[in-house]
Amino acid sequence: MWFFKKKKSLEFPKFWLDYAQQFEEKLPQEVLGNTFVVLDTETTGLNLTKDRMLCIGAIKLTNNAISIKESLEIYIEQEHYDSESAEIHGILKRSKKEQFSELDALQQFLAYAKNHVLVGHHVSFDIAMINAALRRNGLPHLKNKTLDTGLLYKRTLLISSVLRKKESYSLDELADKFRISKKDRHTALGDALITAIAFLAIIEKLKPKNLKDLFQKQNPPKFGL
Amino acid sequence: MKNTISERVADFLKKYPPFNILAEHQLQKLAYEVTIIHKENNSIVFAEKEAPHNYFYVVHKGAVALTKKGSQHILDICDEGDIFGLRPLMAHEKYKLQATVREETILYAIPIEEFKPIALENHQVGDFLIESFASNTRNPYSIKHRGKLYGVSNDGEGTAENKLLDLQPVRYSTNLVTCTEETQIKVLANAMSLNSVGCILVTKNGLPIGIITDKDLRNKVATGMVPITKNAKAIMSTPVITYPKELTITQAQMALMKSRISHLCLTEDGTTDTPAVGILSKHDVMVALGNNPSVLMRAIKRATDSKRLRTIRHSIINLLQGYLEQNIPMGLVSKIISELNDATIKQVIQVCIGQMETPPPAKFTWLAMGSQGRGEQLLTTDQDNAILYEDVPEDKKEETQSYFLALGNRISVELNHIGFEYCPAEMMASNPLWCHSLQEWKEVTSHWMGNPGPDEVLLSSIFFDFNVTYGEKALADELSLHIFENAKKYPQFLTHLASGALQNPSPSGFFRDFLVEQDGAHKDFFDLKLRALMPIIDAARVLILSHSIKSINNTAERYEKLAELEPKNQELYTACSFASKALLKFRTKQGLLHNDSGRFIALDQLNKEEKIKLKRTFKTIKEIQELIQVRFQVKNLLR
Repeated sequence: MWFFKKKKSLEFPKFWLDYAQQFEEKLPQEVLGNTFVVLDTETTGLNLTKDRMLCIGAIKLTNNAISIKESLEIYIEQEHYDSESAEIHGILKRSKKEQFSELDALQQFLAYAKNHVLVGHHVSFDIAMINAALRRNGLPHLKNKTLDTGLLYKRTLLISSVLRKKESYSLDELADKFRISKKDRHTALGDALITAIAFLAIIEKLKPKNLKDLFQKQNPPKFGL
Repeated sequence: MKNTISERVADFLKKYPPFNILAEHQLQKLAYEVTIIHKENNSIVFAEKEAPHNYFYVVHKGAVALTKKGSQHILDICDEGDIFGLRPLMAHEKYKLQATVREETILYAIPIEEFKPIALENHQVGDFLIESFASNTRNPYSIKHRGKLYGVSNDGEGTAENKLLDLQPVRYSTNLVTCTEETQIKVLANAMSLNSVGCILVTKNGLPIGIITDKDLRNKVATGMVPITKNAKAIMSTPVITYPKELTITQAQMALMKSRISHLCLTEDGTTDTPAVGILSKHDVMVALGNNPSVLMRAIKRATDSKRLRTIRHSIINLLQGYLEQNIPMGLVSKIISELNDATIKQVIQVCIGQMETPPPAKFTWLAMGSQGRGEQLLTTDQDNAILYEDVPEDKKEETQSYFLALGNRISVELNHIGFEYCPAEMMASNPLWCHSLQEWKEVTSHWMGNPGPDEVLLSSIFFDFNVTYGEKALADELSLHIFENAKKYPQFLTHLASGALQNPSPSGFFRDFLVEQDGAHKDFFDLKLRALMPIIDAARVLILSHSIKSINNTAERYEKLAELEPKNQELYTACSFASKALLKFRTKQGLLHNDSGRFIALDQLNKEEKIKLKRTFKTIKEIQELIQVRFQVKNLLR
């Protein structure tokens, strides 16, 4: 297997190789020993081939603390443009914020995310969006492990036939439940912060033994006899 | 540099001193350097004698208690927007207090290196800090009252606290109700009732010249001495005794005692030649001392927002702690604390109704369920509540339900803010399943009683302890009546309810040792609620329901009533009543100790005497369970 990888890797730019290299190192076992990268993307829509990312927002969570100056907020130059969703996100095509090309943005994101666990609300969408962008630039998919606050939140709820659980819970519902201000909702970095605080509250409720246990808690509980 | 988050942090800080004095660019720069820290309940931010951190802290959400080592006495509680841990950084000394998180808290840690140059450069910021350090208060500009313990003992610790108190400026009401000399007595009395104040200030050209209190109205008008048609001048006390507004609590106490009056008038410079700025009543001073239930009750009734109610709740918890330390009988304690909790909820409901755009479209009652309904909620546990409203015509149904759902939602959010956690099973009035009209509730309860599966039994065991907190009592009575009729109609329901009461796992094992949890977050802890409290509570409910006794919800009181009704079982019921009180006390003490609901007990932390006490209740639990098993023929039930 390894020689396929080696052969291919010659074609990849240095920043990708640097990124990939970091996965040779193992993640710490303890939940608290890890740095989590909480991310959110704002996109022009939900279509993975047609739509594009407008902005990536991410923050680092180390030992229950978030350092503001270490957060990431990258706006991406747009060719494809859908006026409907831009209205929601308030990011206009030629806004005054500094913008980067998609490749630059990916490069910055990979350098930032390193081998840390990526956390997001319904994270699979954000990951798929980033992967689609990587593919467009001739790069492989993200290698990071992921945690979904949407799935984890469900595990914090009571196991009882009395409570009617929903299929999925929105970030708004989580914010209400944990009394998190929704002031910057629908900006990438603002949503990432809400997700991060909800993530911390969830971890406190679930009390995972270690990182592996936390990953397993994304699945519904198993019942044995 | 700034980003979306730093802008949000700056927006928050800007509301509180000294950050409100900073220039926009300074604040933005400072906010960019902030670290957001999440602390779980009971974790320590810094310990006494710890070397100073590189940061000082601002509470964004939650609460942090400052304590001195070896003492349970809380010196201060920092709430939203309060700064702590700054002084040691400025003075380069070690922390003198311990900061413990009292609930899930988010802190903003601000690096001292960034803040110091700003403080040195900006005189106003420097002044604020000097003033706040000198006066020993966190924030000299907006003083909130501090909770003090019930019956502080006379040791050194206590006097140290009193010293702090001496320096505390008093909180007075700035809502001045005034009239002129010519105002008619009837008019001014109306104004006093309208504003619910006990005194009115008589002013002339903006300066205070006299004061009229409730006492004046009673002694001079109601006795017929002065006819009600006369004006203010005839009954006012003059000249007004005035004091400067920078009064400390101790000074205010002295002043009130010295001149034997119930209200002080505070003016700009303390003389009658400057306009009045506030009125200070005896009650304000009592609240500041905050260790008396009747004073807290009045404070609750006067509170107009949840922020104020939140601080009152802290005082209630302190009061509870004091009661337990002094070994005051549990029955009395639970009554007082439940009354205070009830009043708090009532006040929240009242405030929320006021905030709705229209008054309620129909009569309704707010029902407290579960432990709160039974009057056994000493600590803040979950909110279990429901709304019951009167039947409305078919065409108004939807509209009415959506109104009450919106109201329920608002109330439950406010309660959560004060410190009542959300119910994990969402048994709250904001849930459409727990917000019904009388007819709907009758249908729902009939369904539960007619088809008693495990869920229905569970739901009814929670709901049937309902108690009216607010609103029309008649509606709840009608529902109770309906439930009793149904209990007679479906005798098998009681059997199922009894079987539910027997399903809780046993508290002790074969060798009479405690059974602890086998796994999960509470491994090796003893589940006091599930294994000891629930069986005894459930048993009381079945028995009292079988006797069709309504409006006795408290478990201990239920057993007392049962002892009265069944003299032959008197001994057992009295024992149950004692056991339920003892267990409740256990739970409360454990809860206060660990600042949680007190449900799980670490057995190795109990002393011998406590363990024996706990075990003694198990025998009673076993006996009452046997009684239920025989009486309701649970054995015949296919399980």
